[in-house]
This record gives sequence, structure tokens and C-alpha cells, in this order.
Amino acid sequence: MIVNLIQSEYEVIRDQNRCINCKLCEQQCSNGVNYYDKKLKAMLSDESKCVNCHRCVAICPTNALKIVKSQHCFKTNSNWSHHDITNIFRQAQTGGVLLSSMGNPKEYPVYWDKILINASQVTNPSIDPLREPMETRTFLGKKKLDIEFDENNNIITKTKPQMELKIPIMFGGMSYGSISYNAHKSLACAAEKLGIFYNTGEGGLHEDFYVYSENTIVQVASGRFGVHPNYLKAGKAIEIKMGQGAKPGIGGHLPGRKITKEVSKTRMIPEGNAAISPAPHHDIYSIEDLRQLVYMLKETTNYEKPIIVKIAAVHNIGAIASGIARCGADIIAIDGFRGGTGAAPLRIRDNVGIPIELALASVDKRLREEGIRNEVSLVASGTIRSSADVIKALALGADAVYISTSALIALGCHLCRSCHLGKCNWGIATQIKSLSDRLDPKEGCENLVNLINAWKREIKEMMGGMGINSIEALKGNRLMLRGIGLSEKELEILGIQHAGE
Amino acid sequence: MKKLTVNHMSFKQLNSLIRESSDNVFELDDVHGQRFIAAGMKNKKITIKGIPGNALGACLDLGSRIYVKNDCQDATGDTMNEGEIIICGNCGDTAGYSMRGGKLFIKESAGYRAGIHMKAYKNEKPSIIIGDTAGSFLGEYLAGGTIVVLGLNQNGKCPVGNFCGTGMHGGQIILRTDELPNDLPKQVVTRKAKKEDLESIKEIINQFCDEFSFDKNTIYNANFYILEPNSTIPYRQHYTTI
Repeated sequence: MIVNLIQSEYEVIRDQNRCINCKLCEQQCSNGVNYYDKKLKAMLSDESKCVNCHRCVAICPTNALKIVKSQHCFKTNSNWSHHDITNIFRQAQTGGVLLSSMGNPKEYPVYWDKILINASQVTNPSIDPLREPMETRTFLGKKKLDIEFDENNNIITKTKPQMELKIPIMFGGMSYGSISYNAHKSLACAAEKLGIFYNTGEGGLHEDFYVYSENTIVQVASGRFGVHPNYLKAGKAIEIKMGQGAKPGIGGHLPGRKITKEVSKTRMIPEGNAAISPAPHHDIYSIEDLRQLVYMLKETTNYEKPIIVKIAAVHNIGAIASGIARCGADIIAIDGFRGGTGAAPLRIRDNVGIPIELALASVDKRLREEGIRNEVSLVASGTIRSSADVIKALALGADAVYISTSALIALGCHLCRSCHLGKCNWGIATQIKSLSDRLDPKEGCENLVNLINAWKREIKEMMGGMGINSIEALKGNRLMLRGIGLSEKELEILGIQHAGE
Repeated sequence: MKKLTVNHMSFKQLNSLIRESSDNVFELDDVHGQRFIAAGMKNKKITIKGIPGNALGACLDLGSRIYVKNDCQDATGDTMNEGEIIICGNCGDTAGYSMRGGKLFIKESAGYRAGIHMKAYKNEKPSIIIGDTAGSFLGEYLAGGTIVVLGLNQNGKCPVGNFCGTGMHGGQIILRTDELPNDLPKQVVTRKAKKEDLESIKEIINQFCDEFSFDKNTIYNANFYILEPNSTIPYRQHYTTI
């Protein structure tokens, strides 16, 4: 007698009146959920395999399908959720570490949704973005504190290397191996068209993408995959990955089956061999060691590229950022605890790290208090879901933001959080060619360009509404924000007042 | 050939001089711990008298050769891509971290964490040869390439420290010793070297001997053990997908 403890969370509901038995849903589902029953002469579904990615729903020509939350339920219990119980079933059965993907979905406060934006009225008129030019360009890199003059009393304009962004949004690091070639191509192509940057993630840079060098940030993570002098030269900036929001403090592991021929060529490890990124860089055990790596990279690339250090938002983030700012980094990228990932242990994704809003505010404040805010630019991520989040992040002190989950959603991702299975039906988080072929890079690029252009227009509208006509005037401008439903302490850390004040 | 007396020159100035020079061969005299010498260097050769600082030859590239007449410090050959680094003495910690090609020869001993996460791919086969001993954590997370420790002054005693080969999932560690370390992880298998094994490293061992004038017969006339990974997924955590 088989005892099935794990029941499906979702059901596939098919309107048999609409279904025309075209079998497209059977063909398209990589998990084998939908199938044609010859006896009944009808399409049926095995919901136990469904990951709720909506591929079948989206491609059904008669809109016959929908995925609903199963009505099968445990007795109501505010302490023990369905997930808490089933995860114990799973671990009791297998003895395994629970593996998940994408970002923390649990009910913690989302501070972006408790912050409101100002608008000008009466005394300080708003600016009409249709009439006035709005400057969305920004530069990331070390800035000088003072203006210096040469012997002829001309201003010395030579600065440390800067990255020019047409709009303060970049695509965050997602490795080739965790996402597909076509997904990378879409990101690279869109970054070029938009005048912004995309990030290689820790999987190295595929040779086909060297053409996008001017818009590429190359990442050096603890595994140093694909890191050779040409790789470093190919980036406009180099990012040292010390941690990421989804899994602070631990390393990464890309299973051997995802190391296909092309992935292995880019990472420069044999096909089928697992790619392990150790927990700390085993040569960086102190801030002095980090400074050494920063300068090693600067020396190797002749001081031509800004160095970014990416960290996860954790406790004492202010002190950590202060150390990094003093160790020679040009830009600090902070990844909040909601950040996404291709695979991470469930408990780490859901319980480790702190919100980006609080981290960003406290880092900006700490660096300003120490008089070193000009030494680094700040990039925030984990999670930025809309143009409103971008405005709020800039006003809290960010110089720019990274978007990753939002970018994948623009490519078709439905946040089913099953990337770690490697069978993404949208062709994004998979190395299976028949699946990744579904993502057309031309279309993907267009979707990303559309998204960022739409956000650009919205940002200009909101800026105009505030009476601001340049990103520089919005940066760190906390007076443009008010909190709502926040405690004294939260308001204090964010450095903003309550709505009504 | 360009001769430079380094003295207390800043590393930035020294490395800039080497980079921008049209010369391809350098002799650096009186080196006082300057860091990052030859970082990313391509097609140039440097001889160093004195003690170079950390990260010597980091990201070293094709056609380069560094010859140090004394000891060197930490992070030598960090993420080295190609080329040769020859040290006529000891080296500090984390030598050859993430090395992906080229040769790192150390006449005497290496510190902790040598050869971590070295990788090999197709024709890129990095190798580290250490004349005497290596400290703990040798070859941690080894993904490819060859590490040889000869124990020349050990009289057959184990020439490596603790935690050798932890997380090893590729490549080989070859020890010239009568005694294996007694704390090898279960993911590492050991066996006595066969003739074919020694044949495969003959070329680099011979070059090592020539560089430091060691007697080849003394070296080969000893016990050699091969340490290899047990499977390609050593730290394979047992995962349950949700």
C-alpha cells in the first residue's frame, strides 16, 4: 500500500467544453503534467507534477486551462502552515536539505510598499516632463570631494574610471549555466540598446557575447570561473562577488547535468563536472585581503575599470560597507534578502539576510557620517519590482539599481520558483535546448527594452511631479519620502518622516 | 634587457614602468616587497632579486616568465592563466589560487592553502611543483591540474599538512613520500603511482630539476602516491526539491 504524504498544492482545471484536444499543452509541458487519454478521448492532467509555471495556460489556443490553488487542505492552523508540515514529510522521507529557487516569498514587511513619494504643489511647481528635459543619466564610480585646478587655473577633469548609465537601472548578475544562452543574449542586447549594463554572473562570458563588451560587467566570484585576462578586459567594470542576498554566507553548486558543452567551455571546466563555488573566497579572509584582490584586478587591467564589490545585506551592513569603501572599491552593490537565485537551500533563502530598504538607508547614512560617501557609488537590488521602487531606492541613497527577477519576468518568467529543477518551460532557467529555443533573443531583447523604457517614462513623470528634473537631485533626497504604518525605529533607520509630518 | 633598481618605488609606479616599457626582458634589483608585480603580464620576462610582495604574477598571461632568486610572499600566481613562475626559495600562503594554466615551481616549501580551486580545460593544464613541503589545505576544491610535492628534505615523511584535498573534485595531487597523510577526506582515493603516472609528469619534473639543479635520479628513486577524487561531486549535498 503506497502512502502519498505530499499532495499537490495546485490543480490544473480544464474546461472540457473549450478543450479541442490539440495536445499543445502536452507537448509544451516539460514536467509531463498534461496527457491525452486514448480511452476517454480527452486531455487529462497529473497535478502532482505541476509547478504552476502557466506555460500550458498561456499557449492554450482556446483558453481552456487555469491553475488554481488546491482546495485540499490541512486543518486551519496559524502556527503550522501547509508548507511547514509538508517540508517535514519531505525531510523525514529523504533526509535531504530542502532546495528552492528565486527569492524569499515569506510574509516579511516589504518596505517599498510602506514608503510614499512626494509631489509638488502650489508653492513649488511640478515640472512637466513633456515640456522640460529630464536628466536620467548617471555615472557610477569614485567621485572627488573637491575641485582641483592645474597650473593654468583650469579645472582638472580627469576622474577615476566611471560607468555611464543612460538610466540608473542595470541587469543584475545571473550566471550562464543558471540561465540559458538565449536569456543572456536578450540581456546583453537590451543593455546595449538601452545604454546600460548587464552582468555576466559567475559563469564566465560566452565568446559570442564579447561584442557587447561596452555594456558588460564581468563578475569574479569565489569559484573564479572563466576568469582570464581577456575576460577581465572584456568588461567595462569588474564585480567581485562576496555574497548575494538569496544565500548570504554560503557558496554555490551548479550540478554536473547543467554543465553542457557550451557552459563548460565558458566556465572552462570539463563537461558534466559540477561547478562548486566555495563559501568564502579562500584567499579573502579579511578586509585587507579584499583590498589586495581589488588592487590585483586594478593592476591587471591598468586601472581602467571601476571595481564593484557585491555583498549581501546582513547585520552590521554599515560597518561592512565602510570597510569596503576604504579598501579601494569604486562601487558597492548591496543585495537584499529578497534577492533571487537559481538554487539555494530553502531555510537560508527564507531566513538569512535583511531587507534592502533598511540596508541601503543605513549604508548611505553611515558613509555620509564618516565623510566617505563620495568614495563609492551604491547599487541596490533584491527586489526592485517597478519604477516606483527605483525612485524610492534612489531617494534612500542608491546611485543605481540592479534588476534581475523583474528582467526575467519581462522574458516570460512566472515566478514558479522551480529553476533548480532545470526544466524551465519558458526557456530561461534551463540548459535543455528544446526549452531554451522557446525564448527568442530578439523578442526577449525587445521586451526588456520596452520594460526599461516604460519605467523611464514613469520615472520622469514621478520626478517631474516632485519638482525634480535630474536623477542627481533625487539621489539621497529622503525629504521626498514619507513612511506609512512604520514604527519609530523603522522610520529612524530609513531616515524618513511619517506621512503627515 | 632593462635593468631596474626598485628600492622603495611604489608598486603602482613599478608595475606601470614594466607595463608601458617596450622592453620585453627585465631584471629587477633590490625589490622590497612591492605587490602585484607582473599582474596580467603578457609576453615579458622578469628576473627578481630581493623579495617581491603579495600577488606576484597574478593573472599572468601567455609568454611570460618570472624568475625569483629568493622567497616570495602570499597569493603568488593568483588566478594565473599561462606562463611560468620560478621561485628559488619558499612562498607564502594561497599560491596558485584558481590557477588555470602555466607552471608554478617552488624550490623549497609553500605555505597554507596552495593550489586551491585550480582548474584545467582542454589544453590548459596548470601545474604546481613544490620541492619540500606544503602547508595545510593543499589543493582544496581542486577542480583540475596537477600538484606535486616532492618532500626532498623529509626523508620519506609526509610532506603535506592537514586537510589536504578537501573538496577535491578533479585533477591530481602527487606526493613523493613513504607516508600518506592520515586525515584525507573520503572523497579522495589514493594509490601508488604506476609507471604511466610518472611518465605523464616526467616533462615538468625534469624541467623543475633543471631549473634548480636537482638530481633527477634522486627524485625518481622514491615512492610516489597519486591522490585523486573519488567522484566528480564530492560535496554533493543530498537535496530535496520542494
